[in-house]
Parts: sequence; structure tokens; C-alpha cells
Amino acid sequence: MEKPVILRLSGLSKRFGSVIAADHIDLDLHEGEVLALLGENGAGKTTLMNMLFGEYTPDAGRVLVRREGRLHPLPPGQPQAAIAAGIGMVHQHFALAENLSALDNILLGAEPLPALRRRLAPARERVGRLMERSGLAAPLDERVGALSVGERQRVEILKALWRDARVLVLDEPTAVLTPQEAENLFTSLRRMVAGGLSVIFISHKLHEVLAFSDRIAVLRHGRKVSEMPTHDADRAKIAAMMVGEEIAPPERPPASPGEEVLALEGVSIRARSARERLDDVSLRLRAGEIIGIAGVSGNGQGALAALISGLRTPDRGRIRVAGRTMRRPSPRNIIRAGVGRIPEDRHRDGVVGAMSVAENLVIERLDAPEVQRRGFLRRRAIRANAERLCHEYDVRGPGIDAPARLLSGGNIQKLILARVLDLSPRVILANQPTRGLDFGAADAVARRLIAARQKGAGVILISEDLDEILALADRIFVMHAGRLAEAPGRERTEIGLLMAGQMDAPLAASPQKARP
Amino acid sequence: MIEIEPRAGVSPRMRLLTPLLAALAALALAAVPLAFAGVPLIESYRQMFAGVFGSLFAFTEMLTRATPLIFTGLAAAIAFRAKLWNIGAEGQLYLGALAAVAVGTGAVSGPGWALTGLVLAAGALAGALGMLLPAALKTRFGADEVVTSLLLNFIILIFVQMMLEGPLKDPMGLGWPQSEPILDEATLPKLLERMRLHAGLLIALGAALALHLVLARTTWGFRIRAVGENASAARHAGISVNRTLIGVALVSGALAGLAGVSEVAGLKGYLTADLSPGFGYAGIVVAMLAGLSPLGVVLAALFVASVFVGADSMSRAMGVSSFLADLVVALSLISVLVGGFFTRYRLRWRARRTRP
Repeated sequence: MEKPVILRLSGLSKRFGSVIAADHIDLDLHEGEVLALLGENGAGKTTLMNMLFGEYTPDAGRVLVRREGRLHPLPPGQPQAAIAAGIGMVHQHFALAENLSALDNILLGAEPLPALRRRLAPARERVGRLMERSGLAAPLDERVGALSVGERQRVEILKALWRDARVLVLDEPTAVLTPQEAENLFTSLRRMVAGGLSVIFISHKLHEVLAFSDRIAVLRHGRKVSEMPTHDADRAKIAAMMVGEEIAPPERPPASPGEEVLALEGVSIRARSARERLDDVSLRLRAGEIIGIAGVSGNGQGALAALISGLRTPDRGRIRVAGRTMRRPSPRNIIRAGVGRIPEDRHRDGVVGAMSVAENLVIERLDAPEVQRRGFLRRRAIRANAERLCHEYDVRGPGIDAPARLLSGGNIQKLILARVLDLSPRVILANQPTRGLDFGAADAVARRLIAARQKGAGVILISEDLDEILALADRIFVMHAGRLAEAPGRERTEIGLLMAGQMDAPLAASPQKARP
Repeated sequence: MIEIEPRAGVSPRMRLLTPLLAALAALALAAVPLAFAGVPLIESYRQMFAGVFGSLFAFTEMLTRATPLIFTGLAAAIAFRAKLWNIGAEGQLYLGALAAVAVGTGAVSGPGWALTGLVLAAGALAGALGMLLPAALKTRFGADEVVTSLLLNFIILIFVQMMLEGPLKDPMGLGWPQSEPILDEATLPKLLERMRLHAGLLIALGAALALHLVLARTTWGFRIRAVGENASAARHAGISVNRTLIGVALVSGALAGLAGVSEVAGLKGYLTADLSPGFGYAGIVVAMLAGLSPLGVVLAALFVASVFVGADSMSRAMGVSSFLADLVVALSLISVLVGGFFTRYRLRWRARRTRP
């Protein structure tokens, strides 16, 4: 017996310029059901959810919500109407006022302002009951700015529940959580679903989707390509539906590490914010191995990447590349010493979008004799270089003379890979190299990294995606609060505890005297 | 409801037509104040046209006016390409002019070509140093160069006035605050008999061509473009952003300084505190009209100079205020900016659906 439909998307379409982000999508959500929405980047998931919530006006189609036993259409483009109809949305980037308390954030907008203070006490009690019922706990009087990411997310969900949400939409809810936090979130959601809530959630993590959802809908290129009950699905099946073909995981031959290519010795970086701090970090990378650095973002990975990229000089400690201590690390010196860098934000740090693909391919070696003669660019050689690299690394786009910003994210990443790997670097720093890429492009990046390792490069892979680390890394380190510790094993829960900073044993190994 | 959406691409024809249409739109818009002034429109436009193309003299006057605009336009263009906001071209122009009279009025003697070269070099150097200060404050302390370079204009102008009342004052100047005249050997030669047009124009054109080649063909130009378009990626790729900005500041200031030299040594012969009717600021307009392209700066300077000279001469012939020229220049800048917007975006009109 099927539960009644609580929400129906009927023929929703949205076009941005020449891109069709959503193409006549039909989707039903039943009461008390958890629907997972899957798809590669740019498949139209977020666009669809934004239309559902009234943030985008669809070009065609309607959103219908059940009320008093019948489905009523929602007026398009009005988030207030969606909220009134009982739809709650938790964005990937939270919409909270950081300088207000958690309680204020929950009440704000739902209560008339003048009454707010007066009704605070009864409201607090009701929010307390809500927390108990849902199993979502948050410190109500703390400023949201001081809360952890997981707590903020709970505040967002409580905010939606406070507005009597019957349908909860979560856009990549676990992207910023540790495995344990994600586990807790799902436990709470399960409880609420048992109480009649319906959930749509977007995720890239297949194991979550398989463990938690009742039904799976897959989007590709703005169309719904498939829909099935979760118990009929498995990893391979879903992946194939998302990409439209079967993709085997890249093979990783056994490592044969050689001599040291990069060493950090007791490196500290002082900074006001925790995310830019490094605290007595030591690391030895050898040729022919991949070190994976796991951790929830904002725990110092940015500082570590900046350090190895030459953008930041350590306040304490030393950095050694291929046996030579870098006295004055700068991007230029680091590049010359043989470090190739794949930056986390490829649009901001990786390419100059307004300059051509060919120019972006030589930007790191402007002084090389193949690129210039007496200060004048060798334009023919630069173009020939671009032709060769785009062919070798399968960079697709409108051509080597076109501005790099016209390339898709995956092709920009291939461009950066081509630029970095063509110089046969001894060290490769890959910071979130597959984030935001679709399966095909992410797979290509992973294969290139493994191939570089086979050719004798040492690779540092910083990633929030534990699956990626487990698939690629020979050794695994975890960053938490600016400190780096080697994971004792490859166990998901162990690593998760380290990520949460809850396993002190290996971390305590770095002594307190490091503090200046 | 109107929606704005980006265009997929810009056709070359559109790229050419847009500034042209914008210029026409500006002239058409100028009809409104002209009509308010109560003058016959067709005759006004005819006078405007005749003021520029009516005679060889009129035409050379326009070119003479365009010369400093090319220099200051280039100064703004190169700086803006690196996202270094040099608003101080006016001050650097005066520094260049000051240096020109300091060395060109008898302090140094020598053969004519050497003296001319020295005057040019001194002016360029002074202008360069004038922009070095804001650039150094920016790279060392993060001081906003918009503010520092702009405010420096007023300091420099007052300094020039002080010099003209003091050490540089012409004893033969009947008490006027003006410098001694530049030595004849040191002046820039005239290009045509009985016309005011001088060799400064050729230097300006040469500078435009050189700057174009630097930006398009050299590694230094590559660095400037990279720093301007995405400083973060440039830094990551090993380009020294600060060093590039300092270099750009020196070149930009030098070009503005040359505008001053060219006005003093090519046109006026001596320095007064009203040497420039805002060429430094007009250079920003010129650079924006040109889309920051050095060769485009030449065309934009010719256009702006035509509007200035044409509107001046029209206002004299028709007896309306000469502020009209400023108005037309301002209108054309707005038109070009709006035109630039429409080459990148298009508007879509859609009926707002109202359904319950």
C-alpha cells in the first residue's frame, strides 16, 4: 500500500541562457518518505530544489502540495508561499544570522518582531520540546557565529521544523560533517520521518544514499533519467545511471616508495582564525607514494596547502623539497624546486579566466626559453604546446585561443593537471582535486595522480571525501585544529574519530612545547 | 518582467558597431540640452562638425587637443589593465611639466636633440615617481591607491603653484605666476607650418603602439594582464604581483608625466597652474571608452578631442555655454558603458504569470 503523495513536481523546466538546467521534471514525494536526489554536478538538482522552494520561477511546470486531502498548486517564485505550505529548506550554505543566538535564529521571521521578546520564554520551552522530539540538540543561547558547522545545521533544521515543515529539503547535508556527525543527523531524521516528516535530500555520497533513503531519483543533464526504490539499487547501478555508463574504480598498483621528496619539520603558522593555523606539523613524503590528508574542511588544510604552494612562509619549522631546505619559499621558488600544485579553488587560484587556454598552460613558466625569447613571448611555441597538452590530457572546449573561463570545471581541472604534470614534478600537491567534478572528470584526475605516482612523484592529496582518500592514498593523515596525525589504520570510524578530534592518542604525541 | 541574461558570445561586428552606435546615441542625447538652449539643432551639429573637419586648422587643433589625452588615456589604460587604479594622472602630468621647465629653461644647456630628450626623460621620471608613492603605499601597507593617488593631485597642484610663485617664477613675467619659457632648442618641433600641432603627437602614437606590443607580445605584458585579471591566480603561478604593480605604476606615471612635458614643451612653452583643463581625469574617460586597449585609446582620444573642440567651436558660433562639450563627453561615456553592457547581456521580456 502506498502512502499519499504530499508533494508533486509536475513538468518543471528552467533555462539559464542557452543551458537547460531542468527539463520537464516530474517527481512525487510520498508522506513519511525519504527521497534521495542524485546526479552529477550541473545535473539540475539544486535548480530543481530552488524551484520547489520558490527561489527560482520555473519557465514551465508546477509545484503541487497536498492540503486537506487534495493537491494544490503553489504560486511560483514565492518562498513565503512554500514555507506556508510546510516546505522547509536547508541550503548547503546556511542562511543564518551569525551575530544572533541560535534561538533568535530559529524564531526570526516566523514571529512578529514586537512580540518576539515577550514570547521568548514559552517559545524556548517549545523549541526545547522540539529538540527532544527530533533528537536535534543545539545550544540555544550561543551566538550562531560560535557554533560548529554541525550545530548550525541543526539550527537550520530546527528553524524549518519551527515553521511546521512537513517536507524537509536538504542540499548536501553531510558535505561539511564528520562521519559521526552525519550518522547522528541521519538518526534524528529517521526519528522525524517516523513522526510523519517527508525528506528530500541531495547527496554525492552513495553509501549514505543507500543506507538512508527509501527511494532514489537520478538526474542527468537536467532530466530525470531514473527512479527506483533503494532496496533495488546498488553502488554500481547508481553510478552508471548518473554518468550513463559503467565506470570501474581506478586501479592502484602497490606502492614502492623511494627517497624523500618533501619534508615538513615542526612547521607552525600562527593565525588569528583556526582555519589558517598550523600547529607543529611534521610530514615526510617519499617518491612514488600518495599521502592522503583527511579532515573536515577548515581545520588547517588551507594553511597546509598555502605552505606547500609557497604562498605562506612558516613562522616556525622548516620545509624541505627534494633534500633542499627552502630558505625563502615563494610560489616561484617552490615551482622551480619541482612542486606541482593543484589548487583547491581552481577558478580563483588555478586559472586566469580572461586569458586564453594556451596562455594559462604556460603561466607557471614564463621565463622558460620555450616560452619567451628576450622577454618576447614565443607565440607559435606557446600555441603548439597548448595543442599538444590539450590533446594529451583531453582538455575539451572552444579551442586553445578561447578564454579559459569558457571551459567547464572538469576541463579547467584537466588544464591545470596538464600544466602541472607536463613538467614531471617531484611533488604534487592536490588540494580537493575532484571536488565539484562529475564522475568522468574525477576519474580522469584520479588516474592521472596514480600515473604520476607510478612515474615516481610524491603526491599529497588533501580531500574531504574519505572515499577518495581511501581509494587513492597509500598513507592516511588526518588534520584537526591545525594538527596533523597519521591514522593508525584505514578504518572509516577510526579516521572519523580523528577528524572530530576525539581520539587524542596520536595527536597527543606532538608535545605542548610547540606552543610559543 | 524583465530578465537579464548573459549572451553566449560577442560577434566582431557587434564589437565594432557598439561604440559607433554609442557615439551616435550620445550626440542624439545632446539634442535635449541643445533644444533647451533654444538653438537650431541641425545648424548646431553642422557647426560642431565644421569645428573639427571644416578646415586644416580646425583638424590640427583637434589633434593638438588629442595629444595629451592619448598620453593620459594610456596612463589610465595600462594601470587599469593591472587593476591599479591610478586616478592621479592629473598630478603626474603637472609633475612632468614641472620637471620639464626645471631642466628646460636654462638650467642645463646642450645641443637641441639632447636637451629635448633630457626634458622628456625628466618629465617621464617625475611622473613615474608621482605614481610610485601611491603604488608603494598600496603594496606595502594596502593603502587604497584610488584615495592616495587622487588626493596627491591636489597636493601636487598646490606645490606647483608654490613653485610658480617662488623659485620657478619668471622674473620677466610681469608678476604672473608662470615659469620661464622653455628654451627654443628644448621644445618639441612643430609638425606643420603655422599650425600648433607638435611632435608630441608622434611620441604619443609611438607610445600607444609600444604599449600595445608590450601588452600583447611580452612576458611583462602577460604578467600585467594576469595580475589584472586574477591576482590570486597570478600569485599562485609564481608571478610577483607587487613587483608587477610597481612596474605598471612607473610606466603609468611616466606616460602621464609625458602629457605634461608635451603640453609645456610642445604647445604652451611655459608652465602655469592652469596648464591642464583636467586632461588627467579625461584620460580615465578615454581609457574606459577604449576598453583599456592602447590602440583604442588613440581612437577614443580623437573622439573625445573632437567632441571638445567641436562643441567649443559650436558654442562660440551659436552662443551657448561651452559646458555642453563636457556634457556630450559625459553622455558618450555613459552610452559606451551601456553599450558595453548590452554586448555582454541581453534583456528578455517575459509576461509574469499570475496563477493562484
